[in-house]
Amino acid sequence: MDFLGILSSTASFILDPTTMAYALAGLGLAIHFGFAGLLNMGMAGFMALGAYGYAIGILTFGLPWYLAAFVGIGASIVFALLLGIPTLRLRGDYLAIVTIAAAEIIRLLLLTAVFADVTGSADGLTGFNGAGGTVTNPTPGAGGFNDANPIPGGEYGFEPFLDNERTWFVRIVGMLILAGATFAVWRLVHSPWGRVIKGIREDEDAVRSLGKNVFAYKMQALVIGGVLGALGGLLLAFSTNVNSSVFVTSLTFFIWTALLLGGAATVFGPLVGSVIFWTLQAFLGLVFPALAKAGLLPFSGIQAAQIRFIIVGVILVLLVIFRPQGIFGNKKELTFVK
Amino acid sequence: MSSSSQPTTPTKSTGLHVGEIKPGVAKKDPILVADGVRRQFGGLVAVDVEHVEIPRNAITALIGPNGAGKTTFFNLLTGFDTPNEGKWSFNGKSLAGVSAFKVARMGLIRTFQLTKALALLTVMDNMKLGSTEQPGERLGASLFPFIWKKKDDEIEAQAIEILTRFKLDTKKDDFAASLSGGQRKLLEMARALMTKPELVMLDEPMAGVNPALTQSLLDHILNLKKEGMTVLFVEHDMHMVRHIADWVIVMAEGRVVAEGAPDEVMKNPAVIDAYLGSHQDTDLGTVTGRITLPTKGKDS
Repeated sequence: MDFLGILSSTASFILDPTTMAYALAGLGLAIHFGFAGLLNMGMAGFMALGAYGYAIGILTFGLPWYLAAFVGIGASIVFALLLGIPTLRLRGDYLAIVTIAAAEIIRLLLLTAVFADVTGSADGLTGFNGAGGTVTNPTPGAGGFNDANPIPGGEYGFEPFLDNERTWFVRIVGMLILAGATFAVWRLVHSPWGRVIKGIREDEDAVRSLGKNVFAYKMQALVIGGVLGALGGLLLAFSTNVNSSVFVTSLTFFIWTALLLGGAATVFGPLVGSVIFWTLQAFLGLVFPALAKAGLLPFSGIQAAQIRFIIVGVILVLLVIFRPQGIFGNKKELTFVK
Repeated sequence: MSSSSQPTTPTKSTGLHVGEIKPGVAKKDPILVADGVRRQFGGLVAVDVEHVEIPRNAITALIGPNGAGKTTFFNLLTGFDTPNEGKWSFNGKSLAGVSAFKVARMGLIRTFQLTKALALLTVMDNMKLGSTEQPGERLGASLFPFIWKKKDDEIEAQAIEILTRFKLDTKKDDFAASLSGGQRKLLEMARALMTKPELVMLDEPMAGVNPALTQSLLDHILNLKKEGMTVLFVEHDMHMVRHIADWVIVMAEGRVVAEGAPDEVMKNPAVIDAYLGSHQDTDLGTVTGRITLPTKGKDS
């Protein structure tokens, strides 16, 4: 068993654009659920809009990549407004039901063959990142994200982070977006605005009775979280092709797990939670097949890889029971029964 | 009682009404006027108030049996619920169709029967939320601390001043969840004061509060009047109503059935019938020696 190889592959996930994308979406969910108390179960929908908005902006409308990025972000804002207007006046659980359904509607619209010209249907979209195409699917093109790469061609870094200039460009852009978003969220939740949305999480009628426009605040929180989700989707699209099979409901639940692991009402929780969650996923996904291959587990390699989902499920259950505030959460918050 | 050393008879405002006392009597200077306000829940008429006026800079008690529609009436007046018909105005401005947060911004602040402390916010954050002048509550401005930091310090100073009055200043960094039920009532009232209201509507401020704390709550309410505010409160503790109210409005089955100065109203047979019950002895307060009735001699 190549244990070092497994560790190295696992470590590469720490700087993977996918991990950063999930961290961004987790940050959005922290705004939604951790600070404003909005039960958004449709984060995958926001991410899909970010990714597809970007890809469609380039492929169908022929926009430069940076303008196409705004198409993705704009789509997520419209989506948040559409979801929020009918549901934010209702009790929180209704938002959960509506968002989970709306995210599925988005995914099915992207999957259906009716719009195959635009969405690529089940094949998804490829070759929108310009010269050299996407990292995983090199297709010639021009004027895309990859053409904006100022890094000269070649391999950089050290194992396990030894990669070519394209991957590094996505990583650096991802880290910049993540750092900017984290700083903005930190500022927001430590401001009077953050105080109001935390108050709304606790009791919106009380906040209303103090003269705050609760609906407007909830809408702002929904839009900000949604935009962060779209940025996550955008980052995925920078690094690879887009496919509707990525933006399934289980993606939403993975992000929830990462969020709860780090701490819902924290700024750095989603970051650390995402890194731990995805490296753990990657590690278990590699180590179980290796164990099966070595004859230590009575499964085939593919079956063994699925065990990690069972283990992740168990971890989520244990986490919610024994440490609901997450790694970064305030222990004091647990002292009280709500 | 600890109150024996302090003056227990507050100055009552009198001469608030115009003309003969009857339900819906006009007031000299009404702050809140409701006209034909009616709220139906299916077949049940919860509130059906023909006309009522709340006198300015006085303490008005709203009493009545359980289910009389007092809290529903509160909800209607503050925009938390919408009546089927009727109009009502605050300071001469119509409140029909005005949402709850705008009503609050106009200076009409309410508290809730079931106390709404924001549990996982600190006492200080609870207080700061009450301020209506913080520019940093706007999304754009919140990102730039230099816009709101100075104001936040001012608000904090104001909050500490009010918390000290309510003896909660030592708790300012604790979560509101760690306060006792009575302290939460105090916090809710203190938080309401942060908005600098004109009219404070308190829904059962004394429910579940021990007698010593009741005494200090009473003093706080009397202070509100001294500071020029108007108070409207719902309460079942008749001693307290007699003690501090300048005017009493009695509701039963959604209607205003009686109005008047406390002692007059409590002699009203309709009120005894509908609410107080015949066993309610108006002298009970003086018998226990707890309070001295303003219209009686100091015989306790």
